[in-house]
Amino acid sequence: MATTERGAELRAPGEPLPPGATPVSKKRGFWAWLNKRMPVDEFIASQLTGYYAPKNFNIWYFFGSLAMLVLVIQLATGIFLAMFYKPSAAGAFDSVQFIMREVDWGWLIRYIHSTGASAFFIVVYLHMFRGLMYGSYRQPRELLWLIGMLVYFALMAEAFMGYVLPWGNMSFWGAQVIVNIFGTVPAIGPGLVQWIRGDYGIADATLNRFFALHVAAVPIILLLLVMLHLVALRQTGSNNPDGIEIKERKGADGKPLDGIPFHPYYTVKDIVGVGVFFIIFALVLFYVPTVHGLFLEQANFEPANLLSTPAEIHPVWYFTPYYAILRAVPSKSMGALLMLLALVSLLVLPWLDRSPVKSIRYKGWISRLMLAVFVISFVGLGYLGLQPAEGVYVILARIFAVGYFAFFWLMPFYSRIDRVKPVPERVVYHAH
Amino acid sequence: MPISTPFKKVPALLLAVALVAGAAGAARAFAADDAPSDADWQSWTANANVTDTASLQRGARDFVGYCLGCHSLKYERWSRLAQDLHIPEALLVKDLIPPGETPAGYIISPMIESDAEKWFGKAPPDLSLMARARGNDYLYQYLKTFYVDSARATGANNMAFPQSAMPDIVAPLEGLKVAVYKNVGTRGADGQMATEQVFDHFKQIAPGSMTPQQFDQFVHDVVNFLDYVGDPQRAMRHAMGVWVVLFLLVFTWLAWLLKREFWKDVK
Repeated sequence: MATTERGAELRAPGEPLPPGATPVSKKRGFWAWLNKRMPVDEFIASQLTGYYAPKNFNIWYFFGSLAMLVLVIQLATGIFLAMFYKPSAAGAFDSVQFIMREVDWGWLIRYIHSTGASAFFIVVYLHMFRGLMYGSYRQPRELLWLIGMLVYFALMAEAFMGYVLPWGNMSFWGAQVIVNIFGTVPAIGPGLVQWIRGDYGIADATLNRFFALHVAAVPIILLLLVMLHLVALRQTGSNNPDGIEIKERKGADGKPLDGIPFHPYYTVKDIVGVGVFFIIFALVLFYVPTVHGLFLEQANFEPANLLSTPAEIHPVWYFTPYYAILRAVPSKSMGALLMLLALVSLLVLPWLDRSPVKSIRYKGWISRLMLAVFVISFVGLGYLGLQPAEGVYVILARIFAVGYFAFFWLMPFYSRIDRVKPVPERVVYHAH
Repeated sequence: MPISTPFKKVPALLLAVALVAGAAGAARAFAADDAPSDADWQSWTANANVTDTASLQRGARDFVGYCLGCHSLKYERWSRLAQDLHIPEALLVKDLIPPGETPAGYIISPMIESDAEKWFGKAPPDLSLMARARGNDYLYQYLKTFYVDSARATGANNMAFPQSAMPDIVAPLEGLKVAVYKNVGTRGADGQMATEQVFDHFKQIAPGSMTPQQFDQFVHDVVNFLDYVGDPQRAMRHAMGVWVVLFLLVFTWLAWLLKREFWKDVK
């Protein structure tokens, strides 16, 4: 087979490829030039048009692509914010107001970024819940789940440091509380806290380094982890609501019988999800960007003030489940330990589940009940973390904390004794 | 014709609705006159409306007249104010901007901070973001609950912000009022009965230049104005949001049609 100088093939249309030849793009000109130097077509073929995803994805499968979308939104808006933001205790608060009032479309960029932060967590929590429901963390996807959890932890770090940057009074006092948690580390605690802050209190040095970490270090780590998450996903293939491995049933052509090419089927489907997401996002952004103090807190419209503590200090809503666990026990170091355990529980989940089936569809009533207990506990703790830590709130937080941990640490027992339903051979799909 | 019968009932129905609504309104008005709601000041609402330009303009005028002496709006420029509130520049320069200031400048109080600290114990806060930090209702309650208190250096105290350092600068408009308390018996934690003084109502002791209705309008306007200053592009944002959402609805509908077309193949 001859080729022209520019790399395009000289082959009659329809003529089969000689055996052993790699399929080279039939396209000419620039595209052929490009493909000779960069495997673009090969990438598209292996990752999109030739990547087979189960055909029975439901609404819960939108949130992975949406999380990627929000990541891109945050990066894009963050770059523009960084052009006007001043990372210093003296200038930070004023520069945010400058962005909100005087920079052309600055308010839009800033509200997209602040709404995006909360949207990121909503989407990621729903994405994680999907994993819990359908057993996406089970063998062979343990590593995929682990990397996903690292993405989540990196996101928490990113969100926390970003929240400090506006240098409002809640930023300041929230940072005070969160950074002090590291003071409970035995022996090195106090020194560690000082090392993180770069000063004896939350101060200019803290803000400056959080800015560096927020705009450079953590985003790079996030992007790397997200990439690894996708690589691991491509290796194992997606799970699905039935928890069946579609690769185990292949047709004569070697393609999974229950799989469909990711592109075009899931690209067009995900665009619908993006549209719905954008509608909700726009409604929040244009009409309730603060969500009555939930996304942007009232106390943060006052500049950081060492002499004026807000009536109630609490982190933003997406951290409050853990914050409620922290405050549920009287001992601060015990609380911090439980908080750490709450996060570690998520990491070891793949090895706690002993059920013979993956999906909640075929698990028994105990597993369903425990998942419900977990969801109620997590949402309940999130609510309680926003309330003062007193009276009945503390008692409720303890009950919900028990619910949270029971879901994980009793799983080796209840998942084994739970009566499961027979799993079908093929995925359940009703053509539209 | 049978179809005409329901329509005959329409005037009667309307009348009935009007009567019920009227009676309810009258009952509410009567209740309001009958029982002074001063004790419920914590539930007073500002009813701010950022699209009421006339109210915002009055609020701007009154802010300049009564607040600017001590309080700045350091994030808001005069020109921005004029633009958003549809105030012609000539009027802005003539009536609002203090001598020596320019439309491009920020709205800054002439009071020197160190002087203010000497006079009041603390510098009056910047009000640019006060409505967002504390809420409109708080500002409204604050401006309406000043009362005479000889124990205070300023001669005035406040329900919404007890021991406030701010003097009752609205007294010339509202007049002077004192807080009247009533004794309420409560059972303490130890089971002993104790009497507690609970705020009951305000008593007017000297008239101001405004009627209560006028003063209420004044406070409403100023709070409305501060609400605008806290979030100047809100009206624009609300107007723009409709078009964004409409566009997204069409986009999503088209995307759904595309998806449906592709997914016809999937069996």
